[in-house]
Amino acid sequence: MADPTESSIVTATDIAWNVRNNVVTATAVVERHLAEIARREGDIHAFNLVLADEARARAAEIDEAVAVGRDPGALAGVPIALKDNMCTRGIPTTCSSRILDGWKPPYDATVVTKLREAGAVIVGKTNLDEFAMGSSTENSAFGPTHNPHDTSRVPGGSSGGSAAAVAAGFAALGLGSDTGGSIRQPAALCGVVGVKPTYGAVSRYGLVAFASSLDQIGPFATTVADASLLLETISGHDPMDSTSIRQGPLDITRHLDFGVAGLRVGRITDLPEGASPDVVERLEQAFDALREAGAEIVDVEVPAFTYGLTAYYLIAPAEASSNLARYDGVRFGHRVEAPDTNAMYMATRTDGFGAEVKRRIMLGTYALSAGYYDAYYGRALKVRRRIAADFATAYERADVLLTPASPTVAFHLGDKTSDPMSMYLCDTYTIPSNLTGDPAMSVPFGSGDAGLPVGVQILAPALQEATMFRTAAELERRTPK
Amino acid sequence: MEGAVALGVVSDRITPEAVAKVAKLARLSLSDDELRQATHQLSDMLDHFADIDALDLDNVEPMTHPTPIANVMREDIEMDCLDHDEVLAAAPAAEDGRFRVPPIIGLDD
Amino acid sequence: MSDTVTTEAAWTLRGYEMVVGLEVHVELATRTKLFSASPNRFGDEPNTNIDPVTLGLPGALPVLNRQAVELAMRLGLAVNCRVQRSTFARKNYFYPDMPKAYQISQYDEPICVDGWLDLPDGFRVGIERAHLEEDTGKSTHVGGTGGRIHGSDHSLIDFNRAGVPLVEIVSRPDIRNPEQAKAYVNELRAILVAVGASDAKMEEGSMRVDANVSVRLPGAEFGTRCEIKNVNSVRSVGRAIEYEAQRQVALLEAGESIRQETRHWDETDGRTHTLRSKEDADDYRYFQEPDLVVVDPDPEWIERVRFSLPVLPAARRIQLAEATGQRPDSEAVLVVTDRAQDAYVLAVATAGGDAGRALVHVKEAFADEGGQPSVPASDLAALTRMEVDGELTATQAKQVLAEIVANGAGDARAIAASKGFEALETGELEPMVDDAIASQPDAWAKFCAGEGKALGALVGAVMKASKGQADGKAVTALLEQRRDATG
Repeated sequence: MADPTESSIVTATDIAWNVRNNVVTATAVVERHLAEIARREGDIHAFNLVLADEARARAAEIDEAVAVGRDPGALAGVPIALKDNMCTRGIPTTCSSRILDGWKPPYDATVVTKLREAGAVIVGKTNLDEFAMGSSTENSAFGPTHNPHDTSRVPGGSSGGSAAAVAAGFAALGLGSDTGGSIRQPAALCGVVGVKPTYGAVSRYGLVAFASSLDQIGPFATTVADASLLLETISGHDPMDSTSIRQGPLDITRHLDFGVAGLRVGRITDLPEGASPDVVERLEQAFDALREAGAEIVDVEVPAFTYGLTAYYLIAPAEASSNLARYDGVRFGHRVEAPDTNAMYMATRTDGFGAEVKRRIMLGTYALSAGYYDAYYGRALKVRRRIAADFATAYERADVLLTPASPTVAFHLGDKTSDPMSMYLCDTYTIPSNLTGDPAMSVPFGSGDAGLPVGVQILAPALQEATMFRTAAELERRTPK
Repeated sequence: MEGAVALGVVSDRITPEAVAKVAKLARLSLSDDELRQATHQLSDMLDHFADIDALDLDNVEPMTHPTPIANVMREDIEMDCLDHDEVLAAAPAAEDGRFRVPPIIGLDD
Repeated sequence: MSDTVTTEAAWTLRGYEMVVGLEVHVELATRTKLFSASPNRFGDEPNTNIDPVTLGLPGALPVLNRQAVELAMRLGLAVNCRVQRSTFARKNYFYPDMPKAYQISQYDEPICVDGWLDLPDGFRVGIERAHLEEDTGKSTHVGGTGGRIHGSDHSLIDFNRAGVPLVEIVSRPDIRNPEQAKAYVNELRAILVAVGASDAKMEEGSMRVDANVSVRLPGAEFGTRCEIKNVNSVRSVGRAIEYEAQRQVALLEAGESIRQETRHWDETDGRTHTLRSKEDADDYRYFQEPDLVVVDPDPEWIERVRFSLPVLPAARRIQLAEATGQRPDSEAVLVVTDRAQDAYVLAVATAGGDAGRALVHVKEAFADEGGQPSVPASDLAALTRMEVDGELTATQAKQVLAEIVANGAGDARAIAASKGFEALETGELEPMVDDAIASQPDAWAKFCAGEGKALGALVGAVMKASKGQADGKAVTALLEQRRDATG
């Protein structure tokens, strides 16, 4: 534990290499991270549950494997923080909702199985906006998470817990889920790398659904290479998810050093307004950096981009209203007793769900209900098609596109809680990728107001993660100091 | 997917009655205050969402899935079931190997 | 007994006709559920055939069972449907036996459309669609009276049945009388069993029938319809729609209007009762299931399924009818085909026997349980040969067959000889015929006057006198000779 070299081994890539090669022990790595959690978790509240005992036991297993010459896998001994909407067998999975209070899934999510097989060490289940609905992690039944860069500010959301855990050094890696920006926006606000992969690249089996046609699991990491390593580990076809793409794991890491010479980087000329000047300035610097690295900057138009927010806030709540109907107090989780089943449903759901979840369930129910379907949900699906078509056109001229990840740097807790619409606008730049299914990621690129991190978003066509990561790696190398 | 389109466009206002009906469909109860607030908030949102009324979408196909894949099927092979006792132990109420619920009434409306 | 089963006879009441369409749900004979790998098995301990998908646990995702799709295609092709690109939708409603609070069902794009089914008498019923969907769990109501919902203390839910694959077959409103409705259900069941799609047992609930019933004056627009649920036997199908049509006619005659509603058939009082009116119908908020993808069987798959279909009941009835000289809708042909004994009858004919006589004896040949004949087709062939050659009377043949059945096989000629059976010669019959005429002068007079019915009494008397050894055909011939001679 007192290994002098251990504390300098920080990235997941380095940890795994050193553990696999018996340079450091997984136990030492895990203890260092648990110590960091003990030191700062009280101020940050990244976790709903810290799995210290389980993590130590797992680390010991990995060390044992190494000792007898077995390879524990690509993520050997790497501490990882898991968003608390991914099922872990026998370990509470709450979605930060009272309605799942006490529920322990009888099965593991596919990503959890893959992490275990790769030798990763799950250090805890992280806080989120209830059922991943929110952009600040303030909509948690267990209280908000605080931004490690300034604890008076939000970490973003909904995967704020995982973003904060990685930014605070509680874990080398994190997993989040991204339905409208829930990985990329908190990554930007916490100054870490966050990736929403191509829809279908990572199995959703065992991810508690928010909006099924939009949800994707993806990595948080401190470096682009670490994010790549994690994404390669968790991606690939899963027969348990019908929407899983039939191909092997994504092949990314070996492309990271290829540079961007000759790459066509698109600037969206009709991007919706609303980004603050500090964020816009960093985005411009990012274009400059890529141009200097040999990329060609091209102007493209995505006229329907601006309608993404509306399409999203009709489609996602509609799917959510149906996905969240199963929380009825019959088979698992929370129940409020009542004299008849219908009254029990009402009492359980009214008590178990928070305000934002109820708001979205009602919005979605309305959008699907008789007489309104065509005007709302039906129209939103058509807008979705238009957005996808516009992006396809843009990708004829550009290999990747650059936008802000979040309109602003991290805002203060409570700033947007009274006005749902202002919170929804946080997702303006991230939403379209969920609607199209294309990959997108946020990579830290300098700081903005109050010295807080700014993230630049890179968008790419479906399954072009390698190109997207190449661009991210270049920006990482050229990050302003 | 069928049904009379009472409102042709997104910009039409939502009424407290419609919100009450929606809450009932979703099995959520709202106090009078909550109903008023929800109506106000949903109206605000729908006002914002009226931006898509400007689009001509007549010949646009709805997009339900991000990826156009088809025919994903599994073979008809049995796999292990969940443990009966573990599952029932996690139920809010169980009796006689089954999930127990209060009398089933009031569900047809 | 009426010789043929016709359904053409019009049902009318005070000038109104009934218009009926049937929605038939059948559980498919798969090993596992529609969207998950727990067993599709009836009768197991409650909540043992469960998995995360069946229970609608958070994070669980459905994956479609290929065999369920194939069985739906088999059924669809057997009833002349077109198999097409299809999708699944969610039908959202809360009920404790519906784990996810939505049912995954094919809605606006079903897998099979536009087919038809011919009843045995040739009447054609259109089939609008046949689509896949998942079954619900089962609720048991505890306390109160008679296991009913109303007045119960609480309910208990078993999810073993949840997720079992169903096909719902929706007919067009072509049915005009109870006989057609029953014949349709019977025919559909026969097809389902023949293609291996389902065991289609109404008594076990693996086949369930809902009836949409309306009445109208012929030629008028369709009337307001009511949907009748809880019809649990073929006989009830006929009774329920007849009652419902009568109820609607009575309402219209009284100047009242029909309310569109769902009604519950009560077997015990023989009536339908309001279950819920459509005015406060649930708003199911259908939308395409985002967790599943399109099912678009390629032409090669469709053709492979089509060529693998067995000979269907209608074609088998025609084959049997041709071999036996009966009508395809005669009761004997219907029953024997329905019991899948037609192949045996044809085998008797192939072995040199008489198919017509085999049709008469087939029931005895299948006396054992298990659906297998207990007599080799060649033995029955020999027996029927002796009958048609006049070497055995029908009564004697029955006795010989009984012995063959008892032994599992046997030489008809040897058994007949051991019993001393041989048909009586004409010379031996003549005195018996004379006695019969003398003892029944009334019957004889009527027979001479052309009343065919009187023949039975005279032949019967001869059969009795001969202790069943007379050949009925020979006796009839003798009686006719006498009559013609008298005339």
